[in-house]
Amino acid sequence: MGRSTSGRRVLSAVTRLAGALLPLAEPAVTAGQKKRAGRSGVRHRKITPYLFLIVPLAFLITFTYVPAANLIWFSVTDWDGIDKTKNIVGADNFIEIFTDPEVFRVFYVSLFYIAASFIQMGLALYFATVLSFSTRFRNLFKGILFFPYLINGVAIGLMFLYFFQPDGTLDSLLKAVGLQEVTTQWLGNPDAVNPSLAATSVWRYTGLNFVLFLGAIQSIPSQLYEAADLDGANRFQQFRFIIVPGIKRIISLSFILAISGSLAVFEIPFIMTGGANGSATFVIETIRQAFTFRQVGLASAMAVVLLVIVLIVTLVQRKLLPDDEVNLT
Amino acid sequence: MRSVANLFTGLKYLSLVVACFITLLPLVVLFITSFKSKEEYANSSPLDLPRNWFNFENFVTAFTRGNMALGFVNTTFVLVVSLVGTILIGTMTAYAIDRFEFRFKKIIIGLFLLATLIPAVTTQVATFQIVNGLGLFNSLWALIALNLGTDIVSIYIFVQFMQSIPKELDEAAMLDGASKFGIYWRVILPLLKPAIATVVIVKGIAIYNEFYLPYLYAPNPKLGVISTALFRFKGPFGSEWEIISAGAMIVIIPTLIIFLVLQRYIYNGFTQGATK
Repeated sequence: MGRSTSGRRVLSAVTRLAGALLPLAEPAVTAGQKKRAGRSGVRHRKITPYLFLIVPLAFLITFTYVPAANLIWFSVTDWDGIDKTKNIVGADNFIEIFTDPEVFRVFYVSLFYIAASFIQMGLALYFATVLSFSTRFRNLFKGILFFPYLINGVAIGLMFLYFFQPDGTLDSLLKAVGLQEVTTQWLGNPDAVNPSLAATSVWRYTGLNFVLFLGAIQSIPSQLYEAADLDGANRFQQFRFIIVPGIKRIISLSFILAISGSLAVFEIPFIMTGGANGSATFVIETIRQAFTFRQVGLASAMAVVLLVIVLIVTLVQRKLLPDDEVNLT
Repeated sequence: MRSVANLFTGLKYLSLVVACFITLLPLVVLFITSFKSKEEYANSSPLDLPRNWFNFENFVTAFTRGNMALGFVNTTFVLVVSLVGTILIGTMTAYAIDRFEFRFKKIIIGLFLLATLIPAVTTQVATFQIVNGLGLFNSLWALIALNLGTDIVSIYIFVQFMQSIPKELDEAAMLDGASKFGIYWRVILPLLKPAIATVVIVKGIAIYNEFYLPYLYAPNPKLGVISTALFRFKGPFGSEWEIISAGAMIVIIPTLIIFLVLQRYIYNGFTQGATK
C-alpha cells in the first residue's frame, strides 16, 4: 500500500517536472532568439537535439558505460565490494580464471549450451522450411512451437524441475514405453545435469529462431518458387538454392545471438539447480564470486573475459558478413 | 513417385506432431497436476488425469500463501512506468537522431550502437555498485531505471519507423508555428503508434518475465514481482508440486491469453525486435 502511493507521488512529481521543463526549454531559447535574430537561430537549432538526448544519454552512460568502465577497473584489484581501499593486483584475477579448475570449468559447461544452440537452430530451420510450404493446421503448429518462448523463465524452470525429478514426467513416460533402465537422476547426476538443462534451453528458445526464420522465408518473393517449379526443381533444391541464400543474414545473426546467449546462460540453470552438481555457468559463477564470496575483483575479471569473448564473436561475424541493413543512420 | 511424395508428406506431419507433443507435454502435465489434491498427487503418476477438474483449491492456496496478488501489483507498476519511460526516451532519442544534424551525432549514435554489444548480464557486478550508490537497492525504481537505461532495441525500432514518416509533415507543422517539441509531441509521437505498439508488446513481455533484475536488486519480499514471488515457491512449498504447478499456471495463463489475442502483432513484433 505505502509503496504504491509513494510510487504514484514520485511518478506524478516526475510528470509535473517533465511537463514543466520540456515546453519551457523551447520558449526560453525562442525568447533569446527574438532579441538577436539571425545568428541565434542557428544556436537554437544546435541546442535542440541535445535537449532531446540529455535524458537518454544520462541513462545510457550511468547504466551501461560507467559500469563497463568500473568493471575493467575492479578487475585488476582485489576489492571485496565493501572496503574503502582497493589494492591493485594486476593480472592476478585473470590468471586465476584460467588456472583455477573450479573457475575454468564454466567454459566446459558453456560447450553444452553451444552444442544445444546448434541443435536448436537446426530444428528451427527444419520446421520453418516445412511450415513455409502449404500445411494443414499451419497456424496451430506455429503457435504451439513458438509459445514456450513467451513463458516466464521461473515458470519454465519449475516446470522442468518437475519434468526431470525422480518419478516425474520424463521417468513416467520412459517407464510407460518400457525404457525404465534409461532413467537416471536427470538433475542429480553430474553427467546428465548439463544435457538436461541445455535441453530445457532448446525447448525454450527454438520457437524464437523458428519464427524469425519463417518470417525471413516468407519474405522471399513467391515468383522464385514458381520459376523453380517450372524449371523442375524439387523441394530440396528449392531449399538449397532459394531458401538458404534468402535467409543467410538472419541465420548468421541468430548464430551470433546463440553463441553469446550460450555463454551468458543464467536463468534456467540458476532456477533449477542453482549451479549445483557441476552445472554452474559463467554468469552463475560470476554472481557467486561477487555476492557470496565477496570477490568482486575476480568476478569483474570474469565479466571482462566474457565481455571480450562476446565482442570478438560479434566482430568476427561483422567481418565475415558485413550487413548493410543494420545501420542507425 | 506418388507414394514417395505421400511418404514425405506423412513424415512431415509426423515430425510436426512429435514436436508439438514434446512442446506441450511439460505444460500439460503441469496443468493436470495443478488440479490434483495432496494425497491424489502422492498416489498417482504425473501422467494420470485428476479426479476432479474443478478442484481450484491449489490455485487459491498458491495465490494467497504465495503472495501473488502483491506480485501482480508490483509487476504492473514496474511494467507501466517502464513502458511509458521507454516510449518517451526511445522516441525522443529517435527524433533527435533522425530529424536533426548536429556536431556529435556520429559519436552519440556510436555510443548507442556499441552498447548493443555489451550483454547487460555481464556488467551486473559493477552495475550493482552504481544502483547501490544511487540508493536504489531494494526498490522497484532500480528495476525501472535499468529497464530504461539498457534498451537499444526500442530506439532502433523507433528510428526505423520514423524514417518512413515524411519530413514534409514536420515542415508543414513548423510553418504553422509549432516548436520542435510541438512537432515531436503532436506530429511525430501520434504517427509512431504502430511502432509504439510493437515496443509495448516486445518489451512488455520481457518485463513481465524478468527474473534476474528483481532477484538481484529487489530481494525484499514486499517488493516481490511475479517472477520472484514464483521463485520463492521453491522453499516453503518444497515438494508440494500440486501447489507449485498451480502457481506456475497462474503466471502462464495471462501470457497465454495475450498470445491468443495478439498473435499476429506478437509475431511481427519479435521479427522486428530480435533482428535489431
